Amino acid sequence: MIESIGLNYIWLVPLAPLVAFILITFLFKRFKMLSALTAIFSMVISFWLSLDIVKTILTDHSITMNSPLEKAVPWLNMNGLFIEMGALIDPLTAGMLFVVTFISLLVMVYSVGYMHGDPGFSRFFSYLALFVFSMLGLVIANNYFQMFVFWELVGLSSYLLIGFYFYKDSAAQANKKAFITNRVADFGFMIGIIILYLYFGTFNFAELAKGISSSSDLAFLTLAGILVFIGPIGKSGQFPLHVWLPDAMEGPTPVSALIHAATMVAAGVYLLARGFILFASSTTAMTVVAYLGGWTALFAATIAITQRDFKRILAFSTLSQLGYMVMAIGVGSLTAGMFHLTTHAFFKALMFLCAGSVIHALHKQDIFEMGGVFKEMKITGTCMVIGGLAIAGIPPFAGFWSKDEILLVAKENGYTLLYVLAAVTAFLTAFYMFRLIFLAFFGEKRSDYHAHESPWTMTVPLMILAVFSIFGGFIGAPFVEHGFASYVYFGEPHHPKPDIMLMGSSTLIALAGIFLAWLVYIKKAISAEKIANQFAPIYKFLYNKWYIDELYQWFFDKIVLGLSALLNWCDRYIVDGIAHSIAWMTRTIGAKGRYVHTGSLQTYGLVIFAAVVVIVLFLAGPVVGGVQ
Amino acid sequence: MITLNHYLLLSAILFCIGLYGALSKRNAVAILICIELMLNAVNINLVAFTKFLTPEVLTGQIFAIFVIVVAACEVAVGLAIVIAIYRDRSSVVVENLDWLKW
Amino acid sequence: MDYQVIAFWLLSFITLGSALSVVFFTNIVHSALALIVTFLGIAGIYLTLHADFLAAVQVLVYAGAISILIVFGIMLITRGDGKMAETNLFGKYKYTAAIVVTTLFGVISYFIIRTPWSIETAALSENTIGDLAEILLADYVIPFELAAILLTVAMVGAIVIAREVKNPK
Repeated sequence: MIESIGLNYIWLVPLAPLVAFILITFLFKRFKMLSALTAIFSMVISFWLSLDIVKTILTDHSITMNSPLEKAVPWLNMNGLFIEMGALIDPLTAGMLFVVTFISLLVMVYSVGYMHGDPGFSRFFSYLALFVFSMLGLVIANNYFQMFVFWELVGLSSYLLIGFYFYKDSAAQANKKAFITNRVADFGFMIGIIILYLYFGTFNFAELAKGISSSSDLAFLTLAGILVFIGPIGKSGQFPLHVWLPDAMEGPTPVSALIHAATMVAAGVYLLARGFILFASSTTAMTVVAYLGGWTALFAATIAITQRDFKRILAFSTLSQLGYMVMAIGVGSLTAGMFHLTTHAFFKALMFLCAGSVIHALHKQDIFEMGGVFKEMKITGTCMVIGGLAIAGIPPFAGFWSKDEILLVAKENGYTLLYVLAAVTAFLTAFYMFRLIFLAFFGEKRSDYHAHESPWTMTVPLMILAVFSIFGGFIGAPFVEHGFASYVYFGEPHHPKPDIMLMGSSTLIALAGIFLAWLVYIKKAISAEKIANQFAPIYKFLYNKWYIDELYQWFFDKIVLGLSALLNWCDRYIVDGIAHSIAWMTRTIGAKGRYVHTGSLQTYGLVIFAAVVVIVLFLAGPVVGGVQ
Repeated sequence: MITLNHYLLLSAILFCIGLYGALSKRNAVAILICIELMLNAVNINLVAFTKFLTPEVLTGQIFAIFVIVVAACEVAVGLAIVIAIYRDRSSVVVENLDWLKW
Repeated sequence: MDYQVIAFWLLSFITLGSALSVVFFTNIVHSALALIVTFLGIAGIYLTLHADFLAAVQVLVYAGAISILIVFGIMLITRGDGKMAETNLFGKYKYTAAIVVTTLFGVISYFIIRTPWSIETAALSENTIGDLAEILLADYVIPFELAAILLTVAMVGAIVIAREVKNPK
């Protein structure tokens, strides 16, 4: 048994924000600063414990991916159904805990500045605490059931936060959309869990892993894998259930940062990593995962090029990056996927918080109405550029190392098509990110606004995240010994070998993207409008996000409502018709039949005695007939 | 020789005459009278059974006595009802007494 | 021929004849008088069955009390308009009731004849009053008392129902 405060009190990691949530909701709601401090303090506790867990795992090598530490208490024990509530601690968990608590802590500090003066200040912090609690509970889960419970809690808290400005119609629509889309996906996930339970008789990850590795029922494993994968498709915004994520921008910007970096979309990728053995057991499932991820990466990037809204562009870039992670897991490298998840959390949180800072100052979201913001907001601007360089994959920024590793494994494992897709996406990513940065932060003012730098509560988290976005990638860089790959892996640790050719080419691709953006939006050597006009149909197609929303709308309007109308008709005229005709029959028989009651005494008497005769003859039939 | 069957058939005929009157007469008092005939037919039955089937116990006669008691009550109450109806409608024709219909 | 047989046939003739008269007379007073004859005939039948106490009760209660009650009833419900000959007519079920009743009689008599009665030949005691008294006041004492209560209740009830309702003003 390893002595470590973090490991001994791992329960406190999710419980601290839960306590904060309860305290804020029921006691501190009227005291704004106290609410914020409670939430932040709970996050400090969780963060400190997570740090301790990470430190223990780094220094003491007894906890590895193959020999995790498991703690559990029985939760439900019914006839034949045994569910426990527990914690599974391995480097994967520890890494996730660190990312989640770290980002959440910074976002909360940031929110103090961002939400200043908002009437729902306390409510916001209570929801944030609930959100973080759900995610941490999900991360430490040691079985699918517990994971599903917290998975749904994450969905609930995201619903509450996306609809934070519930009085705005668009926010109400967006949170409904997010919730319903996620429910669709969760349903697949739930069925997956249930059939796994029916087949193996357990929800526990470790026991399931044992069962799966000794099972040879490939068709079943493929089915289960794909069903479970439907959960991440919704939660991590993979095509075709990505539609909720851009709309989720209706929530306050810190929430977007949290959703995109730490607490929501990461859950899907984390699930893929946690249940990796299930996917790894079926080549078909893995292929589906890989290609869907690759496709989402490219798909979202093409949309991002044409968008005008600051946060929407970031949202589509998240979709694209999530595609990368899912693809990485699909091509068989849990390490690369989780590594990219970690670095992405840093720079995507950074960029969203920058976006929040800009929106906070300008009260505008359309990048074509900005321009030259850098002059007024030096810190935010610098941080945004760092984030952009990181996501574009310029060495030595964080995104470079993780993205490179994904490209490397895709190539090494023989997925050439995916490698090409990913490379194209990398080019597009660099282009649209710097389109955003050049349009918003450089050039001349395109509209009337007064900008000012944000308060320190907002800029300090930005700077911390910027530092991580620059140096965070070194934990997994190929030349670092005992790096990320030595801890988070599946099966055997797989150390990436530095591939100079690949690194060079991807750097060139990223630089080409940035250069193109510079040509178009700073030098104006190429007119963006001209191209847009020339390829108007394609531009419109991309600008309208491939018409996926419209497709769903059409599907809902025509197919679902049509079917409903049909069923409604059936219900109204056939089911109700049967019920009504029975009622009508009863009524008519009653109406006609009551005339039998003449009220005449002698009629009744006559009938009674006639009936007596008939009944006697009927009963005595055998006797009268001479049988006896 | 007079057997049980003679008495029983007598009783049956009397019962049927009474029943026929009860079902076919219009006057409410006549119906009461006919019901008395039916009750008497039953009494003949009971007494005949005592004589021919259970001479050692007189249960049949005891029953007959109770039937007479109940018949007396029935006639008293029945006539009271008829009188009340007559007071209300000035008629005791049962065919008109059909207010309990539908 | 045994005098008992003669008595039976004679009494049966009287009883059934007067019963038919009760039904077929059209004057209700005549019907009531025929009823008294029927009751007396039945009392005679009881005598042929060695039920002397019952015969006495029949004469006292039926031929005496109930007949008088009925005659009083007839008096109270009959208008003095001189149409006494139409006070006891048949209704609409004259023929239907005849069919039903005949069928019923057929059924009853069929079963009477077919049933194998286990006839006891032991003789009844000459005087049944003593035996009846013992049974009524010992074994059947509670029904006996109940019968008394029933009579009282019926009497009170009859009075309440038949009492003239004063106009509530």
